[in-house]
Amino acid sequence: MTTADSEAKKPGIGAHLGGNLRENGMVLALLAIVLFFLIMVRATQGVDFLSAQNITNLFLQNSYVIIMALGMLLVIVSGHIDLSVGSVAAFTGAVSAVLTVKWGWPFWAVIPATLVMGGLIGAAQGYWIAFWRIPSFIVTLAGMLVFRGLTLWLLQGQNIGPFPKAFQSLSTGFIPDVFGAGKPNMTALVMVGLAAAAIVWSGLRGRRQDAAFGVEPEPAGLFWARNLIVVAALLFVGWKLAQFRGLPNVLIVMSVLIVLYSFFTEQTTTGRRIYALGGNEKAARLSGIKTDRLVFLTFVNMGVLAALAGMIVTARLNSATPKAGVGFELDVIAAVFIGGASMSGGSGRIIGVVVGALIMGVMNNGMSIMGIGIDYQQVIKGLVLLAAVIFDVYNRNKQG
Amino acid sequence: MTAILEMRGIGKSFPGVRALDQVNLTVEPGEIHAICGENGAGKSTLMKVLSGVYPHGSYDGDILYEGHATAFRDIRDSERQGIIIIHQELALVPQLSVAENMFLGNEVAHRGVIDWKRTWARTRELLAKVGLSEAPTTPVEKLGVGKQQLIEIAKALAKDVRLLILDEPTAALQENDSAKLLDLMLELKAQGVTQIIISHKLNEIRRVADRVTVIRDGSTVSTLDRAEITEERIIRDMVGRDMAHRYPDRVPDIGEVLMRVQDWTVWHPDQPRKVIDRVSFQVRRGEIVGIAGLMGSGRTELAMSLFGRSYGRDITGTAELGGKPADLSTVGRAIDAGLAYVTEDRKALGLILEEPIQRNISLANLAGVALNGVLSPGREQGVAERYRRDLRIRTPGVNQRVVNLSGGNQQKVVLAKWLFTDPQVLILDEPTRGIDVGAKFEIYALMNELVAQGRGVVMISSEMPELLGMCDRIHVMNEGRFVGELTRADASQERIMALILQSEGKAA
Repeated sequence: MTTADSEAKKPGIGAHLGGNLRENGMVLALLAIVLFFLIMVRATQGVDFLSAQNITNLFLQNSYVIIMALGMLLVIVSGHIDLSVGSVAAFTGAVSAVLTVKWGWPFWAVIPATLVMGGLIGAAQGYWIAFWRIPSFIVTLAGMLVFRGLTLWLLQGQNIGPFPKAFQSLSTGFIPDVFGAGKPNMTALVMVGLAAAAIVWSGLRGRRQDAAFGVEPEPAGLFWARNLIVVAALLFVGWKLAQFRGLPNVLIVMSVLIVLYSFFTEQTTTGRRIYALGGNEKAARLSGIKTDRLVFLTFVNMGVLAALAGMIVTARLNSATPKAGVGFELDVIAAVFIGGASMSGGSGRIIGVVVGALIMGVMNNGMSIMGIGIDYQQVIKGLVLLAAVIFDVYNRNKQG
Repeated sequence: MTAILEMRGIGKSFPGVRALDQVNLTVEPGEIHAICGENGAGKSTLMKVLSGVYPHGSYDGDILYEGHATAFRDIRDSERQGIIIIHQELALVPQLSVAENMFLGNEVAHRGVIDWKRTWARTRELLAKVGLSEAPTTPVEKLGVGKQQLIEIAKALAKDVRLLILDEPTAALQENDSAKLLDLMLELKAQGVTQIIISHKLNEIRRVADRVTVIRDGSTVSTLDRAEITEERIIRDMVGRDMAHRYPDRVPDIGEVLMRVQDWTVWHPDQPRKVIDRVSFQVRRGEIVGIAGLMGSGRTELAMSLFGRSYGRDITGTAELGGKPADLSTVGRAIDAGLAYVTEDRKALGLILEEPIQRNISLANLAGVALNGVLSPGREQGVAERYRRDLRIRTPGVNQRVVNLSGGNQQKVVLAKWLFTDPQVLILDEPTRGIDVGAKFEIYALMNELVAQGRGVVMISSEMPELLGMCDRIHVMNEGRFVGELTRADASQERIMALILQSEGKAA
């Protein structure tokens, strides 16, 4: 190959914007939606959409969607779907309630026991999907009915609660301020500051690596602009939270999981294999990848995360109810697709999914505050999902 | 008489490859016109341009049909004008009946309600024209490939065809089915249907064609009249050089046995019959061993069953690699034992098309670009760059998605993937299928390099000249058995065919 060839097609800023258009566009869309509600909520209700309390609420309300969406991304990347997560979350939440309230188990025994339960449920479904090749749509549709039914049976149609404080803190607790009680909450500020620094540092490290390996790096202006927006948003949220009660426990759990899953999907061989399997299962199998086992494990993982989400929801409501988690699967799946995953598997990123879930969450929250009826809310959310996917397909076709 | 079809200066580009450039084709009314050319020469692309699969505007040049310039937007446009193309891959819906397929999209109906009586009657009429007497309600999947091919033609007749294009119609057919099809072509010609046939099989062309146009590397080389049609002339025009220089030279340096397979027997995954029957062979260091055979003789099944039991069931027999019994029970173990299998179907089985080059190259040996399960993007990039240089993969960068590469470059990516696993023995299944002549030569040179490094190569190919040009020994396979072995010195196309024909029907 001649140098002339390689020079001719060097990707420029346009290519970078195009290549990352999806993610940059998503972040901008999220900011635009937040801005829209900031203005509209003030205008119609006369309250601050970005008040400390409402930001805290946003995270508490959406944590379980984000947590389940992490697992759902893996399932969808591998070319499958899991419709049962709402029912599984309800069932595992009910199990944790029975263990805690009826059997009197301490929270440190209930949490791992419930997670194992979720893993077993995931394994039971994944077994048929992975090794018997029953379509995941069917298996998990069955699972959706089965575990909803088991929830009703277990709870005998009643709510179980309330929970001891220790269990509730899983969802409604806050990180205590180790630097002394006061406002602003110093612990929160320090942690958010560290997180912001870590994001910029890892971004710079990536750029250095790109340079070292001769990959055309993202133009510096674009890089700094994007980091500036992200860090500013992060510090703003941190500052607001510090004014209120500090960082919610669930926010920490969620953040740790997001970092872990980002690392897993992008930096590990196992993560890579899941993408390969979703991209072309036969080629992956003929490359020595144990595709069946990987599919099985993505469903086990999904079950564990659904159980975690189930406990968080139960703790937040302070009771296990037969109706918990109805329709969660739709929010979770919508978040993954808004976040840019492909319906046919093989592509999608954790960060996109998180932003996708936040877009859905902010819209839910904003529309509720504005007093928009549940009827219109559903219509609007549906249209947003459709628009995001159309935008995707349109872009892909344009790239050829 | 004026030409029924005239294509002038046709050009067509895809990302990364100029598929057609300055192609001219003139077809007279009522003739059978053959188009010859190597795989990847652009024959199928040309027919897709003609039939509107690639719409007007997406190619250069002019098409005159029955004296008028055409501007087909899609295949329906061309069908309305009586141009019908029958593709290599049959376009029948296997679950639907013969009659339903025959009138698919063209139903005999009144206000959307199908008139079954008339449909069946018309179907019987059309079937009779192509020499079939099947019930119109038979599901197409119950019929053999030969009959399916005839049904495609009947379907074309239903649409009042004036120019029938057959793209390698006999590629998947047995000898007697092929003969029937060629007879039918002559019969249609007598009825005045102009036909274009794309074929590799020179004896068939001699039998039916009035004229031949030869295409090479996307351009017209020559148009031959019936008197000029000889095998030598067509081959010379097709390859553009003498047969002698199509294959790079190699002085064999053959060492000890690397791989030995004994009594390998494989059963069909869901039918009670043997697909591979007691096959034994060995591959030595520095040796290229060919496997010749017709389509369906079991060559790919043999390779896939060896490679981690990726095909068949109840596999028996033993395999040794490097003098030790080899565990080939999973693909991972086969790779560890030093075996690699380059599939015949690189798009479906070899590549993840939407992923970039470097991710495809590392796929079979991710541990080689990772530390404790954590990937090193730098190492991965470095490996990909090395293979891009060594194999001369033509691309702006290794982060390009492989879907945008030409066939030859895609094949190099697949080869790079397997070279990165450092195999002792590579099984190459149709390694030059669908790639252009220049890239073929490069693949051949690469094979020579691999054996020079002390590896062994098993080459499966349907193109006999390629086997004769490359291999030290050739096993001839038919009906799941090895029916003969020829050394380089005494191998020839005739002897290979003779071994196949002599063994026909002798399977236990």
